[in-house]
Amino acid sequence: MKRTFLGEFEEIVLLVVAASTEEAYGVTIWESIQQTTGRSITLSAVHATLYRLEEKGFLTSEMGGATAERGGRRKRFFKITNFGNRALHEIQDLRAELWKAIPHDRMQPKLSFS
Amino acid sequence: MKNHEKQPPRWIDAILNTVIAPHFIEDVLGDLHEVYAKSVTHENHAKARITYLAMALRYIRPYFIRRKPSPYSSTYLFSSEMIKNYFKIALRTLAKNKAYSFINITGLAMGMAVAMLIGLWIYDEISFNKNFKNYDSIVQVMQHQTRNGEIMTQEAMPYPLGEELRRTYGSDFKQIVMSTWTSPHVLSVGDKKLKKLGNYIDEQAPEMLSLNMIRGTRAGLKDINSIMLSESAAKAVFGDTDPMDKIVKVDNKMDLKVTGVYEDLPYNSSFRQLEVIMPYTLYEANNASLKTMEDPWRPNSHQIFAQLNDHVNIDQVSARIKDVKKKHIRPEQQKFKPDVFVNPMAKWYLYSTFKNGVRVGGRIENVWLFGVIGAFVLLLACINFMNLSTARSEKRAKEVGIRKAVGSVRKQLITQFFSESFLVVAFAFFIAILLVLLMLPFFNEVADKKLTMLWTKPLFWFISIVFSAVTALIAGSYPALYLSSFQPVKVLKGTFKAGRLAALPRKTLVVVQFTVSIILIVGTIVVYRQIQFAKDRPVGYNREGLITVYLSTPDIINHFEAVRDELKSSGAILEMGASSSPATNSWSSTSGLVWKGKDPAQSSDFDYNEISYDYGKTVGWKFVDGRDFDKQLASDSIGLVFNETAIKFMNLKNPVGQDMKWFDESFKVIGVIKDMVTGSPYEPVRPLVFTIGKEGFGVVSLRINPATSVSSALTKIEAAFKKYDPGVPFEHSFVDEEYAGKFYEEMRIAKLTTFFAILAVLISCLGLFGVASFIAEQRTKEIGVRKVLGATVANVWGMLSKDFVILVSVAFLIAVPVSYYFLSGWLEKYTYRTNISWWIFIITGLCTMLITLLTVSFQAIKAALMNPIKSLRSE
Repeated sequence: MKRTFLGEFEEIVLLVVAASTEEAYGVTIWESIQQTTGRSITLSAVHATLYRLEEKGFLTSEMGGATAERGGRRKRFFKITNFGNRALHEIQDLRAELWKAIPHDRMQPKLSFS
Repeated sequence: MKNHEKQPPRWIDAILNTVIAPHFIEDVLGDLHEVYAKSVTHENHAKARITYLAMALRYIRPYFIRRKPSPYSSTYLFSSEMIKNYFKIALRTLAKNKAYSFINITGLAMGMAVAMLIGLWIYDEISFNKNFKNYDSIVQVMQHQTRNGEIMTQEAMPYPLGEELRRTYGSDFKQIVMSTWTSPHVLSVGDKKLKKLGNYIDEQAPEMLSLNMIRGTRAGLKDINSIMLSESAAKAVFGDTDPMDKIVKVDNKMDLKVTGVYEDLPYNSSFRQLEVIMPYTLYEANNASLKTMEDPWRPNSHQIFAQLNDHVNIDQVSARIKDVKKKHIRPEQQKFKPDVFVNPMAKWYLYSTFKNGVRVGGRIENVWLFGVIGAFVLLLACINFMNLSTARSEKRAKEVGIRKAVGSVRKQLITQFFSESFLVVAFAFFIAILLVLLMLPFFNEVADKKLTMLWTKPLFWFISIVFSAVTALIAGSYPALYLSSFQPVKVLKGTFKAGRLAALPRKTLVVVQFTVSIILIVGTIVVYRQIQFAKDRPVGYNREGLITVYLSTPDIINHFEAVRDELKSSGAILEMGASSSPATNSWSSTSGLVWKGKDPAQSSDFDYNEISYDYGKTVGWKFVDGRDFDKQLASDSIGLVFNETAIKFMNLKNPVGQDMKWFDESFKVIGVIKDMVTGSPYEPVRPLVFTIGKEGFGVVSLRINPATSVSSALTKIEAAFKKYDPGVPFEHSFVDEEYAGKFYEEMRIAKLTTFFAILAVLISCLGLFGVASFIAEQRTKEIGVRKVLGATVANVWGMLSKDFVILVSVAFLIAVPVSYYFLSGWLEKYTYRTNISWWIFIITGLCTMLITLLTVSFQAIKAALMNPIKSLRSE
């Protein structure tokens, strides 16, 4: 099967959704990305990525959980699909293989205990 | 915290709601609000709002804006099938309502045709003289003079002025061109003799007028014995043979060599009559007295044209040369206060009416007049078109309902209605072009123009197409935009009803139409009355059977008695007289008369006419006092005959027998005649004096014997003239026709306004007919019920006609003051003018009412006669 390309940011978003224990939606995902990466990211970028991932089939979503502070609007809860799961695994495998290929001494942290 | 402060700014949400695609909006906006709600808890509101705005703005990008594709197939608005269908349906709708389509298309076509004709006419008037390359720098030298207490403006200038301008003000002028007046000259080559109009003009003229040379060069007038011909004149004289270097005998005395042939000057130029030009030096050589004149600055008898140098301001030149004549005339002529000025070519034709030394306009007024009329006729046609389209479209509400019910989308309906109106306008436009082509010859004749369609001018097509498109858009917008918005349920259930307001614009439009029509009718009547008023003015002599022959050679005068005796004895004429000016005109004026009691400072200006002894008998003078000249009395050679106005002007109690001085020569008044109308029939008669002339008569008048037929008399006259004046082709003109020529300008306006008034009324009636038929149709059921309940035909007719009578009455009330205002303004420019009497308005009002009733009645009676069973059965 042809692998679907995932961008770096897409990968992070996908991982965050996969990692979240509670139901994940736009605001929570946005906040946890900012927390984990320490980068300042706009909400719209997160939204766009989420929708794009859903279009590609890595995520599914369902609506629910309206609150007053949202003006009665529902949230869109994202869940990772099997396809998304597999894609993450494939990326991890690929990386692991690449890591293995690196000569042992080259990537040792240059620590000196002198 | 107040509740509303928790909410982010509404306007940002409103923008996001319209910008972001619907399938994103709920959770995106929800998330945004949630973030905002969090931020207001630990930030101040202003800052939170700004953050909110910044975040919201990030959503304005294609990904969020793009709508989710619809799961249904889209409708095809402009596929070739649909376009075909639009036009098929449009054609069927037109064919289904033939009467309506006919009214609509012809009405609009007529309006467009009129607008096109007037447009062409205005274009021609405005482009007058523009063929000359030096249009911007050519000027004519003119002067204002005070005569009889009034400032008169004239082109005639003294002979030495040209040389003086050249010498003293040469830096302002590129060239000064002296010219004689355009007059007929006899050209003869072999046996061929033709009269052609032409001028003696300075040799720089062809260059200044940028004549397009066909043969020879523009330097053709350098040699004194040369002549240049227009293309048509060359063709007439020489046929197809080469005219260059051939010898032409001019006026039976000069042999001139053809040195050039120029393209005919366009009909819309001031020099259109210029068929031949000859060197001014030749004129000077023929009239040696010019150079030896005792007081050459006194007579004004020459034209001076000039070309200004580049960057010379016209007003400044006028200011510089203002007093040039005053410096040279003798003290006793200073009272005329001659102010010399230059009149630029751009103003010759349209702006050369002067009143008391001030430019007050000219033909430009006609351009405005017809421009306004054209615009109004076009407006009428457009009003019709829109009126009928909207009236008709209410009937189509059901169609809209059904179309929508079976799946039409609104855009298809809009396109449908627009394609219908575009189709109608396109038809009308083509018919209008055909109509213009048909009417152009007639129009050219009436308007004295040579208009052609401007097929090759982009401007023409641009205006036509833009105008057509705008009309179609406006007329189609009501059905297209309003009808297409109906809800099918309401329309099909029958609860839809066009409100009262829907009829208001229609009524307004009918009132506007009839106001314009009534103004045009009143205008036409007043113009005709004014012409008739001037025609009915007593002319002071007998025009019937009087003919005039203009002389080019002195041969007839040399054999005057012989010709006269021959024609009188043959019974062809009753009398024959010679004069320097014709009976219908005054070519000379004098300021040299001094009578008893004249204030020396008073400037007097008399028209004068030198005549032979039998002139008075020939034209039929009507004596108020005294007697005619008598050949038997030697003393009559210093006699004078005045008209009544002259006597009044001089304030003489017993004029006959009084002595007078005329440039220091003694004269005696022998008679006073009734005023002869020699000038404009709308202006007061000028003082006129007749004296016995010795030579230099230019005109012969002949009174045809009423006992013989005109044609046989003319053959005899022609034979006699040929015998004594063989070098000149015989040409004559009837005085009554020449007199009628004074009315050409007004007749032209009258004919054109009649033409436009008829069209305006016709277009208005077409519209009325259409609207009436529509209303009758709309009220079919009502009429049916009324008839069942006992209404008579007359009742129904009255009911339907009443509305229109009211509308036309309103139009009448508006039109009366408006037309009165404009027409009294128009009449003001005539000294002899008719009054606008009340009966003109009454008659116009009655006529309009009658036409309205006739138009409406056709439909009203048809509706009233309908069998109520038929009209009520349908439900």
